Amino acid sequence: METFVFFVAAAICLAGALGVVLSKNPVHSALSLVGTLFGVAVLFVAQNANFLAAVQVIIYAGAIVVLFLFVIMLLGVDRAENLSVDPLVGQRAAAIVAGVAIFALPVAALATTGWDATGAIANLGSVSDSAVPDVEGIGRVLFTRYIFALEITSILLAIAVVGAVMLAKKSPKAADMIVDLPARPTSTDADADAASADATSEEGTA
Amino acid sequence: MLLAAGVEPSWYLVLASALFAIGATGLLVRRNPLVMFMCVELMLNAVTLTFVTFSRMLDDIGGQAVVVFVLVVAAAEVVVGLGIIVAIMRRRPDATADDLALLKG
Repeated sequence: METFVFFVAAAICLAGALGVVLSKNPVHSALSLVGTLFGVAVLFVAQNANFLAAVQVIIYAGAIVVLFLFVIMLLGVDRAENLSVDPLVGQRAAAIVAGVAIFALPVAALATTGWDATGAIANLGSVSDSAVPDVEGIGRVLFTRYIFALEITSILLAIAVVGAVMLAKKSPKAADMIVDLPARPTSTDADADAASADATSEEGTA
Repeated sequence: MLLAAGVEPSWYLVLASALFAIGATGLLVRRNPLVMFMCVELMLNAVTLTFVTFSRMLDDIGGQAVVVFVLVVAAAEVVVGLGIIVAIMRRRPDATADDLALLKG
């Protein structure tokens, strides 16, 4: 049963990931991202991480992707990107080579260990012990061993809120500094704009 | 034959490295800042999957606790990053990552 679940969820994950990278329209990328996040949540459930699966769906699929879609709609950048133009000659081929290497290196390292984890000893609490639910185990670890890290994340969240408010203000100095970009009208931009105008109008009527 | 063997934990690790590689390739290939951001989320998800898998392989709840921190950092990162993207896109709706070269001096 777990094998079936694994292969279905893995197919959803990989299809969603490829959709994120290959979709011309950012909206389609965001919706593909939901597929990947859902597949990862299913794999969490398959590994008895029920709390994390719920958090994954609520925070990632519920909040973060909605934030992405909100920004896409707010800015009106839901236009197609011309993927056939290679802005830097050879960069795309180099990126694919780098991607294959990034995939192959961990798999090779895993193969040298005999497809098993290294022999570290568990000391923070058991996952398989059904007497202790995973929520209780995570909470116990967070508020004992990782208490300082937990406090630092609260500071991080406060800083993120302040930063977002500063960036979103109407005429903040920081935002003025980063948005004064030199104009760069090129022929490829004009082509992309013409293509995007069609896509935008289609989105509008849909 | 595969179906009879049952799920090896290492399969999850292979899947996670595939997800990470796809995200990294997308980050290098795409020019739209929003899509690049989604690729970063993809890579973060691959890492959380790795953490949960090792948590199960080693029977240690610590891996799942780290995933909570990853989620918090990802949320903070998305908030600030999207704020920056909104500030840029307001002025130049057609800006790509290639236009953001101010730090080159």
